[in-house]
Amino acid sequence: MSKKTSYQLMQGNEAVAEGALAAGVSFFAGYPITPSTEIAEILSDRLPETGGKFIQMEDEIGSIAAIIGASIGGRKTLTATSGPGFSLMQENLGFACLTEIPLVIVNVMRVGPSTGLPTSPSQGDVMQARWGTHGDHPIIVLTPSSVEEAFHYTIKAVNFSEKYRNPVIVLMDEVIGHMRARVNLPPRSMVERVNRVQPNMPPEWYLPYERSATGVAPMASFGDGYRYHITGLVHDAKGFPTTNPSEARDNIRGLFSKIERGFREICLVDYELMEDAEHAIIAYGCMVLSARSALEQLRKSGIKVGLIKLGTLWPFPRFAIEHYLPQLKTILVPELNMGQIYREVLRVNAGKAVIEKLNRVNGTIIAPDEIVKTVKGMVR
Amino acid sequence: MKQTQTEIRLAGSGGQGLITAGIILAEAAILDNKNVVQSQSYGPEARGGASRAEIIIADGPIYFPKATWVDILLAMSQKASDQYSFDLKAGGIFIVDTTYVNQIPTSSALAIPISSRTREKFGKELFSNIVALGVICETTKVVSIQALQAAVSARVPDGTEKLNKEALAFGRKLAKEAIKKNNGLEAEVIEADS
Amino acid sequence: MISNSQLVNKYFRHSKKFPHIWCPGCGIGTILGNMLRAIDDLAIDKNDIAFVSGIGCTGRAPVYVDFNTLHTTHGRALPFATGLKLARPELKVLVATGDGDATAIGGNHLIHACRRNIDITTIIVNNYIYGMTGGQYSPTTPHGDKAYTCKLGNIERPFNISALVEAAGATFVGRTTSYHVLQLQNIIKKAILHKGFSVVEVITHCPTTYGRINHKGSAVEMLKWQKEVAVDKSRADKMSPKELEGRIVTGVLIEKDLPEFCEQYDTIIEQAQNQAKGKPE
Repeated sequence: MSKKTSYQLMQGNEAVAEGALAAGVSFFAGYPITPSTEIAEILSDRLPETGGKFIQMEDEIGSIAAIIGASIGGRKTLTATSGPGFSLMQENLGFACLTEIPLVIVNVMRVGPSTGLPTSPSQGDVMQARWGTHGDHPIIVLTPSSVEEAFHYTIKAVNFSEKYRNPVIVLMDEVIGHMRARVNLPPRSMVERVNRVQPNMPPEWYLPYERSATGVAPMASFGDGYRYHITGLVHDAKGFPTTNPSEARDNIRGLFSKIERGFREICLVDYELMEDAEHAIIAYGCMVLSARSALEQLRKSGIKVGLIKLGTLWPFPRFAIEHYLPQLKTILVPELNMGQIYREVLRVNAGKAVIEKLNRVNGTIIAPDEIVKTVKGMVR
Repeated sequence: MKQTQTEIRLAGSGGQGLITAGIILAEAAILDNKNVVQSQSYGPEARGGASRAEIIIADGPIYFPKATWVDILLAMSQKASDQYSFDLKAGGIFIVDTTYVNQIPTSSALAIPISSRTREKFGKELFSNIVALGVICETTKVVSIQALQAAVSARVPDGTEKLNKEALAFGRKLAKEAIKKNNGLEAEVIEADS
Repeated sequence: MISNSQLVNKYFRHSKKFPHIWCPGCGIGTILGNMLRAIDDLAIDKNDIAFVSGIGCTGRAPVYVDFNTLHTTHGRALPFATGLKLARPELKVLVATGDGDATAIGGNHLIHACRRNIDITTIIVNNYIYGMTGGQYSPTTPHGDKAYTCKLGNIERPFNISALVEAAGATFVGRTTSYHVLQLQNIIKKAILHKGFSVVEVITHCPTTYGRINHKGSAVEMLKWQKEVAVDKSRADKMSPKELEGRIVTGVLIEKDLPEFCEQYDTIIEQAQNQAKGKPE
C-alpha cells in the first residue's frame, strides 16, 4: 500500500508483513538480507504502532534466538531471511523444534549455494527447509504462490506454529516476494487467529512437556508463575534433561506424532482441472503462475492436463498425488531447482505414472511456453 | 488497445526510478479498475546496474507475472534498448530515451531525450521517471491520465506533488511533440496543464 | 543472611535428581550459590527471574534452580535473553555463561548486547578453559599455558573480558573471583540493580582440566592463587602498571548511567503510536 491511498497494490513481502500483523505477531527480530528486507523494514514501522516490538540483531543466529526468547515470553513471533541467513538459523531452528517453541521463519529464496544470485529467484531451499537442522525432527513448510497467498499463508503459518508448538517455515521465491499485484484482503476481524494452549492447572501440577489429548503440551510463558525448565537437551515430561532411552524415545517420537495428527489440516493443496485430467503438472510458488498459463494453452489444444498446486511442501502431501495416480499417465514437476520435489513425487508414484522434471537454476523463471512444450513432448 | 492484456516493460539502470515508475503505473491501473501484476528485476547494486520493471495490465485474470512479448517498451539505457527491443510485439510501442540510447534499433521507435529535457526543465534528472510516465500515458493511453495523476501524487514524497504533476504534464508535452515530428500520427492537441 | 540449608530448600529444584554434573572442587557451585544469596538479599520473587544459559559447564547451572530457566545453544544465551527481556521487560533476566561460550562462539552476541545496553545481568564464569569437552584452550587461556589442544603451550593472546565488555559499551562491569565470595555477592547484587547491561566476570578454577595440565595443584591451591593475585580496584588505582603486572583487579570497574534499550523502545512505541493516529488503517 502506498502511504496515502487505501487501494491495494501489494508486494509479496508486504503481504507477509500484513499477514504477520493480522495473525497477531507482536515481535520480530531480523537481519537485513536481500530479497527479504522489505518484511523487516515494514514491520519496524508497523509493530511499534500496535505495541509490538522489532529488533535488528547482529546476525541471523541472534535473530532466531531472539524470537525464540520472545516466544517463550508469550509473544507470537516471526523472522524473515534468505538463503545464507536461513543457513545460519539452522541450529536454533532445531532448538525450537526440540523445545517446541512456536515461531515462523520466512525464507525468501534466492539462487544458491552460498551468496549465489542474491536478487534472483530460486526454489533451491526446499530440502534445506526439511532437513537443514541436524537430527530427526518434524517441520511444517508452506509455500505461497501469489501475493494474496503470501498474506494468508503467513497467517496460517503463525496459527499452525501456535497450535502445534512447532516452528513453521514460509518458503517464498523472489518472484512472489517482489511481485506486486492487486489484492483484496479480508478485514482483521475476519482473520482466524489461533493461540497456543496455556496451562490452567496450578503451577505445582504443571508438567511442561506432558502432552494433552491433542498431542501438544500446554505452554506457559515465562513470568506467568509456572517456573519450569526449557533445554535443548533431550528431556522428560518435566523438561529436565534425560538419557533414559524410553524418555528420549517419548520426547522425539512425540514431536512427530503431533504433526502426524495434524497432517490433513496442515497439508494445503489445491487442484485445478484435475477431474478429467490424464496429465498433471505439480507446482508450487512461482511455478504455479507459469503452470496456470501453460494449462490454459494446453487445454485449448485438447490435452487433458490439470494442476496440483502444493501450498504445503512439508509434511509432503502425498495423498494429493496418490488420489489422482490411477487416472494419470504423465506428471511434470517444474521447479527452480534441480528437482527437489520431483524426488518426492517419484517416491510417492512408485513407478505408476511417467514422471518428468523441468528444472532451472540460472536465476530466471520457467516460462509457460516451456511447460507447454515439455508437456506436449511427454503426451506424445 | 483492443487486446485484454497489455504487457509493459520499463528498462534502464538502477537509480533512474523505473521500479517506482512501474509501481505508480500499476497503481494507476488499479484506479482504472484493471487487474495488474508488477514485477521487477535488478542487480545487487542499488545504483547503476541493470534494472527493469514489468507491468501487466488486464481486464481478466493474470497468470504469469513476467512480460514475455511486450506491447510497450521504454528503454532508458543503451543496454536495455539492445537487449529488449527484440521482445517487442509487432505493432508494439517502443519509447527510447535518447539521452542514454545513441543507437536506436528501429526507426519506428519514439525517440525522446527524456532525461536531458528533464534536466533542462527541472534542473535535475530526478523526475525523468515521472516524465517518462507522462510520455507513456500520452502515447499509449494504457492508463487514464486522471488515474496516473492520482497514483503519482500518492506515491511521491510529501511536498513534491506539485513538481511531479508538472513532470507528468511535461512528459505528455514531449510525447505530443515527438509524435507529430516522428511520423505524422494524429496527436490529440491538448495544452499540457502544467 | 540466609543459611545454606534454607538456601537449598528455597531455591533448588527438588524434583530434579541431584547430584549435579560439576566435578569435585569446581568453582561454579560457589558462584551459583552466591548468585542465589544476592537474589535472596534483594528479595526478588522467583517468578520474576529468568535465568538463561548457553552450553558448557556453566550452561548447566539453570536446571538446578527454581526460576524460569532456559538452557539454550552454545554461545547464544544473550540473544535468547534479549528476545525474552524485550517480550517481558518486567522479568529480571540473568545470564550465566563461560569464557568459551561468552567470548568465542558467543563473542559477537556479547559485544552487541553491551552496545545495546539492554537490562540483562551476565555472569561470565572465567576458568580459562573449555571444561565440559575436556580441557581445550579458550579465548582466555593465558599465553604459554597448556590445554589439551595446545599441549606445547598456547600461542594465542587471551582476551581481558572486563576490558572487552567495557570497550563494547557495557554500562556496568564488575570483576571478582570465586574466592572472594562476599565481594561476589555484592557485585552481583549491584549488577542486578543496575539499569542496563551489566557484566560480572568471575575468575575461577577448573582443577580437573586447566589445573591439572598446568600443574596448578588442588582446587584449594587454585583458590589461594585467586586470593593472592586479586587486588581491589581502590588499591589498584594507586599502583603503577609495573606493580599491577600479573595481578587481577577486582571490584566494580565501570558503572555508568545511560539510556536502557527496553525503556528507549517504549518511547519508540509511543512516538509510532502518536504518528499512527489519524492514519487510515
